[in-house]
Amino acid sequence: MAIRTEEVQINMGPQHPSTHGVLRMILTIDGETVVDARPDIGFLHRGIEKLAEKRTYHQFVGLTDRLDYLSAMLGNAVYAMAVEKVASIEVPARAEYIRVIMMELNRISSHLVFVGAFGLDLGATTPFLYTFREREDIMDIFEAVCGARLTYSYIRPGGVARDMSTGLDQMIRAFLKKMPQRLQEIDELLTGNQIFLIRSRGIGVISAEDAVSYALSGPGLRGSGVALDVRKDDPYSVYPDLDFNVCTEDTCDCLGRYLVRTGEIRESLKIVEQALDALPEGEFTAKVPKVLKPPAGEAYARVESSRGDLGVYLISDGSASPYRLHWRGPSFINLAAVGQMVKGLKIADTVAVLGSLDIVLGEVDR
Amino acid sequence: MGLVERLPEGGVITTRLDTVLNWARVSSLWYMLFGLACCAIELMATGAARYDFDRFGMMFRASPRQSDLMIVAGTVTYKMGKRIKRLYDQMAEPKYVIAMGSCATCGGPFYDSYAVVKGVDEIIPVDVYIPGCPPRPEALLQGCLKLHEKIRKESVADKKEVAEKC
Amino acid sequence: MLTSDRIAELVRAQYPNAVIETGESGGMPALRVKADEIVGICALIKESLEMNMDYLMSQTAVDRPEEFEVVYHLYSVSAKHYAVLKVSVDKSTPSLPSVYSVWKAADWQECEIYDMFGIVFEGHPDLRRILTDDDFEGFPLRKDYGIVSECEEKSEQE
Repeated sequence: MAIRTEEVQINMGPQHPSTHGVLRMILTIDGETVVDARPDIGFLHRGIEKLAEKRTYHQFVGLTDRLDYLSAMLGNAVYAMAVEKVASIEVPARAEYIRVIMMELNRISSHLVFVGAFGLDLGATTPFLYTFREREDIMDIFEAVCGARLTYSYIRPGGVARDMSTGLDQMIRAFLKKMPQRLQEIDELLTGNQIFLIRSRGIGVISAEDAVSYALSGPGLRGSGVALDVRKDDPYSVYPDLDFNVCTEDTCDCLGRYLVRTGEIRESLKIVEQALDALPEGEFTAKVPKVLKPPAGEAYARVESSRGDLGVYLISDGSASPYRLHWRGPSFINLAAVGQMVKGLKIADTVAVLGSLDIVLGEVDR
Repeated sequence: MGLVERLPEGGVITTRLDTVLNWARVSSLWYMLFGLACCAIELMATGAARYDFDRFGMMFRASPRQSDLMIVAGTVTYKMGKRIKRLYDQMAEPKYVIAMGSCATCGGPFYDSYAVVKGVDEIIPVDVYIPGCPPRPEALLQGCLKLHEKIRKESVADKKEVAEKC
Repeated sequence: MLTSDRIAELVRAQYPNAVIETGESGGMPALRVKADEIVGICALIKESLEMNMDYLMSQTAVDRPEEFEVVYHLYSVSAKHYAVLKVSVDKSTPSLPSVYSVWKAADWQECEIYDMFGIVFEGHPDLRRILTDDDFEGFPLRKDYGIVSECEEKSEQE
């Protein structure tokens, strides 16, 4: 005899250990099974796009740190690129290489947080302590280069804020040297873990076609077998001169997205090493006026951030602050697909799916 | 261990009630697992391997009912403000609040935004303010030690007076 | 390389009067099209084998002095080219057909535009305030919505 069940609506968040910030999920459940899920966002909506219209071009750099705060260098970079496009500023070669080094190191640190937090979501506490230990080494490098641990404001329109200090080269190389062995430790802890595999394999499946229709990007899309990487498809900075692979997995599930990220950490290590070897001498920034007034016009800049296709649409009207600035945050777009991905799964799997998308609420809500 | 070894079986020590209570509170100040924005990442880093919150007996709890301390780590928006008030009300006495970072202290870089509360002290009482955007883990640790100092000076008598007034 | 003239030619073949002007936006081919044909044009641009714009990269709006402008940044994952569509929306009764039926990515982005600019998307499955609070009044990204700064308020009072 079948047991009669009833649908119940429950609330997950905004204070919930696994929602990675202030996200609220409204789940309709039938027993343990999720029938429908609707994310409720905006708890961290700070009105940054409006603030951009009141800040000068240089002042706004500080706010770009606070959108995707796990990879602030990439936020800095995409904004700087948009301003450079609209103001026709030529960036010196040395600055481009320093940018690539910092962006890739930031990608590694962001993915390390993902690995730790994803492990926590699935019930493994130890990897978190390991990945945060590795991350601290990158934080030390960033502190040495710009004095900040999270909000760098280092990549600015025209180049970077200051040149790489002496000794930084060795510091980064030492990190690159010890990292492969550390990654193996994490692999042993997590990637080969049976419980982890059972919890993530076949969970949160989204087909390649749906992923493109939802405009997913980053590991969310590459985990579904679509090799879209802005660094390859629409190369910027000095990426065309560097040799690296685009990681994809065709399992379309949480495990696929996890493996894409761990693969990307290894690729980023390769990129940093090449960029360090090729780092030319020269200026670290172009001459940019203190009050920047770009000519009227518009630009769209795009980078591959840790979370995906990060875009900035900037409109200038010739004054000292942007007329309109739109932030295309990959987290915001990726999160829209969650409702479909968790249908039919258990509540605990919702946590896994959210974790595998690696959203940052600062960028979702802006 | 030293004290236990020196005491005979079932030994008696005399001390003030305040000292015992405050010692217990200071030594296991559990904070609510609750992060709002960028500062939450530094809060996580403080809890992780290098800085290690645990050595002060500070552990995160996922429920407000089991927490003694709320670390408001990040930008407080009006939409979230209502929820913060409710979470604070759900915590059991004695409860403490740390405003971590300039957003929670005064609105920080978003001081002129239409959506941001200009400091969490407009919603709930704050014990310790920590400056910085975001504050370094060391700064957060010092903020917690300041809170420990404050708790050590508390007395049951003060609480009783407050309770009688209510 | 796909040019704006070529896109206009392909669109005009099916919608003769829909393209108002062609140009470029930040190095990408741009078209200004009529609002009432937007869903058909988007479907055409997506399904045409030559254009194949299957990826709605970004959808947003701009508050121009005379009108609202809704901007679609499109990308083709297979052919790796871009197109920008622009649509003018009247300020007194801001409304536009939803392109959710073409790209699912329009779902939240249209909600956001509605939240920030008050532009209503007809045919959207669940149009609601997405970022601001439920009882929030006004549309923040409109130019006439001032940033209320307490410092400014105080100095005005004095």
